[in-house]
Amino acid sequence: MKKSVLTTALALATLAVMPAQATGISDDKVRIGVLADMGGPYGDLCGKNCVEAVKMAIEDFGGTVLGKPIDVVSADDQNKPDLGSAKAREWIESEHVDAINGLVASSVVGAVAQVANAAEKPILISGAGSNTFTTTSCSPFNAHWTYDVVSLAKGTVKPMLDAGKKKWFFITADYAFGHALEKVATGIIESNGGTVVGSARAPLGTTDYSSFVLQAMSSGADAVALANAGKDFVNSLKGATEFGLTKQATMVGLLVFASDTKAIEAEVIGDMRLTTGFYWDRDDNSRAWSQRFMERTGGAIPTMAHAGAYSSTLHYLNAVKEAGTDEGKAVMAKMKAIKPDDMFARNATLRADGRLVHDMYQVRVKKADERKNANDLYEIERVIPGEQAFGEMIPECDFK
Amino acid sequence: MGINLFALMGQLLVGLINGSFYALLALGLAIIFGLLRIINFAQGAMYMLGAFCAWLGLQYLNMNYWLALIVVPVVVGLVGILMERFLVRPIAQQDHLYSLLLTFGIALMLQGTFNHLFGSSGQSYAIPAALQGGFNLGFMYLPMYRGWIILVSLVVCFGAWWTIEKTRLGAYLRAGTENPKLLQGFGVNVPLMITLTFGFGVGLAGLAGVLAAPVYSVSADMGSNILIVVFAIVVIGGMGSIGGAILTGIGMGVVEGLTKYFYPEASTTVIFMVMVLVLLMKPAGLFGKEA
Amino acid sequence: MANLLQSDRSFYTTAGILLVGALLAPALVYPVFLMKFLCFALFACAFNLMLGFVGMLSFGHAAFLATGGYVTGYLMTNFGLTPEIGVVLGMLASALLGWGFGALSVKREGIYFAMVTLALAQLVFFFYLQAPFTGGENGMQGIPRGQLFGFINLGDNLNMYYFVLAIFVIGFALIHRTVHSPFGQVLKAIRENEARATSLGYDVRRYKLMAFVISAAIAGLAGATKALVFELESLTDAHWHMSGEVVLMTLLGGMGTIWGPVVGAAIVIAIATIFSGGEMGNYIHIIMGAIFVVCVLAFRRGVVGEFRHFMQRNFQAALSTERT
Repeated sequence: MKKSVLTTALALATLAVMPAQATGISDDKVRIGVLADMGGPYGDLCGKNCVEAVKMAIEDFGGTVLGKPIDVVSADDQNKPDLGSAKAREWIESEHVDAINGLVASSVVGAVAQVANAAEKPILISGAGSNTFTTTSCSPFNAHWTYDVVSLAKGTVKPMLDAGKKKWFFITADYAFGHALEKVATGIIESNGGTVVGSARAPLGTTDYSSFVLQAMSSGADAVALANAGKDFVNSLKGATEFGLTKQATMVGLLVFASDTKAIEAEVIGDMRLTTGFYWDRDDNSRAWSQRFMERTGGAIPTMAHAGAYSSTLHYLNAVKEAGTDEGKAVMAKMKAIKPDDMFARNATLRADGRLVHDMYQVRVKKADERKNANDLYEIERVIPGEQAFGEMIPECDFK
Repeated sequence: MGINLFALMGQLLVGLINGSFYALLALGLAIIFGLLRIINFAQGAMYMLGAFCAWLGLQYLNMNYWLALIVVPVVVGLVGILMERFLVRPIAQQDHLYSLLLTFGIALMLQGTFNHLFGSSGQSYAIPAALQGGFNLGFMYLPMYRGWIILVSLVVCFGAWWTIEKTRLGAYLRAGTENPKLLQGFGVNVPLMITLTFGFGVGLAGLAGVLAAPVYSVSADMGSNILIVVFAIVVIGGMGSIGGAILTGIGMGVVEGLTKYFYPEASTTVIFMVMVLVLLMKPAGLFGKEA
Repeated sequence: MANLLQSDRSFYTTAGILLVGALLAPALVYPVFLMKFLCFALFACAFNLMLGFVGMLSFGHAAFLATGGYVTGYLMTNFGLTPEIGVVLGMLASALLGWGFGALSVKREGIYFAMVTLALAQLVFFFYLQAPFTGGENGMQGIPRGQLFGFINLGDNLNMYYFVLAIFVIGFALIHRTVHSPFGQVLKAIRENEARATSLGYDVRRYKLMAFVISAAIAGLAGATKALVFELESLTDAHWHMSGEVVLMTLLGGMGTIWGPVVGAAIVIAIATIFSGGEMGNYIHIIMGAIFVVCVLAFRRGVVGEFRHFMQRNFQAALSTERT
């Protein structure tokens, strides 16, 4: 067993050192598939505009790599694992797709990863949060780009505990991502002297949160964590406001995308503290990119998923160029060997386990009177360096 | 584990709110079934249509909530009338299975169209200013709009029940279900009556849609999610029984609320458990007459 | 009698041509697409046994598709069975569930039968949503296709395709035999006139129950096979939409005809595949809905039914008694 691991590692290392042995570009083109929820609860945070972000990256890269054209295919997975996995299989087996980007609902990503890992195709996870892709079900072909549940929980939950919020209640999206987020956050709460007094699990796409909000209210919690995202986050916060939960407990949005913040009235979400992997108005670099993004998308505010999809595509193409091939293993090795550096990936390295370690940001949502325009959402309170933001790599997932 | 009375009462009240929607939708379904003997699978789509009409009216015509409350049910009712006249009537003589499948097809088309036009992520509709705020009931805070939903739906349901069971118009309707030929003999225009009744039943779904717009997000699949539940309610109440549909609608909302307190995971399924039990023990439903 | 032989011959000719086509198809079409089609075609055939040949609309057949998939998936993942055994066990589990459903529901008729089966299927859905072994909303992922008879690697799409084709042929033949057996004749008698069948001394409920169990078993077989093809089983298969979809396939192809469900499944799967990519995805429901409406209004016999009707009217002499 040990020997075989060693051999594999050696083989991988050899590939990394000698890319010249690899076979060049398969099928005379590099094709990237973008799989995401296009019109559902997660449509705004990635969706069609993730496809646009990937196209932007391809254009910025020059449209060709090693003299071969780069193109994009996309599909709507409707957050259903069966649809996502079938599409990924079809793309890889019959449409020559070399890498898959987008990837929002963790349940879908898990199913897609099974197919892509077996076919040795890289997946660039720009939207999903479950930390299993670099732990329990890690693979040499996973590149988990934008953020994960560990970075969210560490960035958001810890400061709340320090501020004296000790009794927690969870309203959790009932699938892989929500479960993972609740588990990690619970770990942090309990090891810092807090308690979890209860949790309610709501199906993805729930529109009426009244009964879950009532459960939270009767639990006596002083912090209610929303372990959900997209429209689910918007609707659950709306319900909490309607039934007066916001008056008796602090609402904690564990995963909030800029598109969600923008969709909620400033009076409701103002002053909330949250963690994000990207904010458009951080520096000149991000502002310039976001300006271009908004021009292409009819004014949609770029989320960290959009920025992640752009950044991961750009880095992937750079790695293809450096490796001289689009063969999965060689490209992944290159992606880990060279450091990405763009408007999203700051002080970043793709770790051996496939986790992109980069700066995360602890932000405060601006109140109505602080906002200069509709997109003026956050004040960055703290930059969390990558090494602190993410979890440690586990030895089983060291694919160097 | 003791029972947290406040929490329980809160869930029961939320159940009552949901039950109001169920009652309103089930009522429309029961009226249509009572007279035409067909199951209108498009009732959920009509509910969605009602919500979208209200939303579109506000977006593009500046139609406020109160106006929508009156206009939208009429518009949706007209859609229902057209549907009955041109699609349902041609196959009225066929097996009722076909009208069920026909309305299912119509529902798919409507849902697909709105999904295509507006995405499925949902649009939000602001609660009208006059109905914002709420009451502190001691055990929970009741938003005024939720109270309004209960009020409107109870008034409408009672009104419809009273009209059908206690008035002359209702007597014609009931006679129409029993013996249309005889009624025609008395000079009543039965086909017209059927068309109007269908429109009325569908209009009720439109009304429910307007009521729902401010509290649920307005989305293409809002109708398909609730339809199957409402359907179960009509069956439990006894198909075609107006009072049965109303009482069962409210009752099932409350049962759901109870389940949410004791075993939240089962809350979406409890209605089907009741349905299986009722059908096994009393096949015609709780308030239905044995066929 | 002569007519009967002729009808048999035309069936076997059609079947033979189709089989040759099916054997060659993977050279032209992506095999996973073909396998998906075969699984749904088998599912629709199983459903048609109830609707078309007994005249009972089950609105809960998704439960059997999902049961076959989940049971086979669970056994394959955890006990390293060979696929042929896994599939058979999935089918048996589904048959058992079908027996339970049937025992509770065959007493009811028409819309009430549809309602009982729907309600029971909803309970099954709830069970699969909550039971830990199914993975809930995440689905049961990573089901191995395994080695057929312990030595044929089904990981290869082509091998898998011929395995699925074999299963389809067996399932289809089973249905064909059932319909043409004396048992099938009794079923048809029940469909035409239940009171008469009763008065002739047939235990109508037992016949209905038997048909329901066979139908459930084959639906389970389709689900088990599908789970292996996609190496995944999910709640989509247990959802009531799936029960509606199989009605659409059967109705579109022609209920009560032996080939109808196959044709219906082919059309539905083809449309779903063509429109599944990118921007066109939204049109699927509109088109499916429109097909439903047009079918009900104008082509209640379905594609195969209308075709046969046309042939009968125009070639009365040749095809007068073909009624399968």
